Amino acid sequence: MRISARRNNKTTIFDLSGDIDFANSPEVRQSVLREIQEIRPSRVVVNLTEVRYIDSSGVASLVEGLRASRDLGSRFILFGLSTAAREVLQLSRLLKVFEVYDSEDEALAP
Amino acid sequence: MMALYSNPRLLSVVRGAVEPLAEALGFPAPLRRSITRAVDEALTNIMRHSYGNRPDRPIALYFRKIRRQNGESAEQGLEILLCDRGPAINPGKLRGRPLDEIRPGGLGLHLIHEAMDKVEFTRKGLTNRLRLVKYLDKAGIED
Repeated sequence: MRISARRNNKTTIFDLSGDIDFANSPEVRQSVLREIQEIRPSRVVVNLTEVRYIDSSGVASLVEGLRASRDLGSRFILFGLSTAAREVLQLSRLLKVFEVYDSEDEALAP
Repeated sequence: MMALYSNPRLLSVVRGAVEPLAEALGFPAPLRRSITRAVDEALTNIMRHSYGNRPDRPIALYFRKIRRQNGESAEQGLEILLCDRGPAINPGKLRGRPLDEIRPGGLGLHLIHEAMDKVEFTRKGLTNRLRLVKYLDKAGIED
């Protein structure tokens, strides 16, 4: 799994790739929470286009990011969900809790 | 049979084995994904809760093709047995949490129950045994 961040104005975009599971979800959680707490972007966007698999610990990391963003009045957005990622969010009844878009352009629209 | 240590880095290896196995038994893609997810979540629970994140403890997985009679037709299925040597677990705690709360954690058991037809936990001697079964009805068989 790889994670990198792009910053543009008040938006941070996280690009994730590979599988997110219990082996690496703590890294996702830490990166996302540090960004939210230290940089305080008004919008956090998570690019899941290259993520083939996400487990419940990965979902939990995203939920923590969502909660931390909401606490600061920021938006927390996901885009590019694979079928497997969409399924796991749906089964967890979280798909409607997140702002979800198909593409980066849609995610970055005002 | 697969024998592995409780190292989270091995989760992807197991996923890489389970999905083709389910495919070989004729499970369609959505069921292959859900079976793989259930095994992954069950292994994660063993690593986290049974072994307290110690990466050097033994886990064994057994896979078996099974059949059951459903009326006049026979359904085939996949039985997966996960064994660990951690402390005894209270089976009452293996239900998962309600999903009406938006909070991290506690989703793994829910995903296991969603995916499988049977989820049975037993303790035999010093071994925790989690038995997962998924049947494939004829309508779901992939050519």
